[in-house]
Amino acid sequence: MTAQAAKHAQVESRLAALGRVPLGVDPADIAEVVESVLGSISGDKSGVNLKLHEDISALADFIRSAKADITALRADEISTKFIPAASDELSAIVGATEKATNEIFEAVDTIEATSNDLAPEAAEPIAEAVTRIYEACGFQDITGQRITKIVKVLQEVEDKVASLLEAFGEEVPKTATEDAAAAVAEPAGGDDKVVESDGDLMNGPQLPTNAMSQEEIDALMADFG
Amino acid sequence: MAGVEMNMPILIVDDYKTMLRIIRNLLKQLGFDNVDEATDGSAALQKLRDKEFSLVISDWNMEPMSGLQLLKEVRTDMKLKELPFIMITAESKSENVIAAKQAGVSNYIVKPFNAATLKGKLTTVLGNF
Repeated sequence: MTAQAAKHAQVESRLAALGRVPLGVDPADIAEVVESVLGSISGDKSGVNLKLHEDISALADFIRSAKADITALRADEISTKFIPAASDELSAIVGATEKATNEIFEAVDTIEATSNDLAPEAAEPIAEAVTRIYEACGFQDITGQRITKIVKVLQEVEDKVASLLEAFGEEVPKTATEDAAAAVAEPAGGDDKVVESDGDLMNGPQLPTNAMSQEEIDALMADFG
Repeated sequence: MAGVEMNMPILIVDDYKTMLRIIRNLLKQLGFDNVDEATDGSAALQKLRDKEFSLVISDWNMEPMSGLQLLKEVRTDMKLKELPFIMITAESKSENVIAAKQAGVSNYIVKPFNAATLKGKLTTVLGNF
């Protein structure tokens, strides 16, 4: 066996070993294999091999660059600083809208109490206006649910970044997302025909472009008789 | 007013206190004053077993017991299985409506909603008032 054939056999052996790794491949191993390939073809630079050499060299550069970029993301800061800060800001929005809504309710209570002393013809339009105020205050519930969805998305981003860093050999803090996912309870049973679990069905408010209208829901309900 | 007792006990279930207050007030505007509250399915189920109610109006997305789970518990309870149950929720996908219907929901209202929609569904479920 020539030296180059031996080198090829060694590279193939390394690649086969990497293929058997069950939970991903260490990028350092990939870079090492790429370097080995480059070394193995250095003695025979025909046109095809030169092109191969350039492509593999570019791939090696890309892997090094990606590794540096992803490592620079600092998962610990994402977990301990950026995501919590964003979550706090979003929670503050929920708190502020809830506080404002309660203040509106207090004012409406005063209006209602005052209108009780009025003649019916004067009290009626006030009661209608009060009803419209209560209807409009439903925004607070919808806003809260939408923000909760955003916080969950942020946690998923945090997890994805952590997984990337783990692939590059960086130690990253654990996140709470797995616990949150595990906390989603299964339905209590009773109807085998339901195609998705209760957890799968709790998606919160849909964007207007994806949401069914009350009329569409009524039609769907009617289809069932 | 034929057929509907305006003093009927109604249980409203939602984990957002503002929404509980909104539903309570809209029911009051429609003439229903006898309203009790719960903030999740398990608390609601306990109240339903402790006291007689004529109607449940429940949110879906609650922890630890969701509105759908509550509905299934109600429909499998010999004493509660005929209880009218209206879902008021932001879940507006067809699979949600289908799952609720298969579980035995009486009617389904999507948030945000108004008093006219609530009155219409109450009329469908309870009769004219």
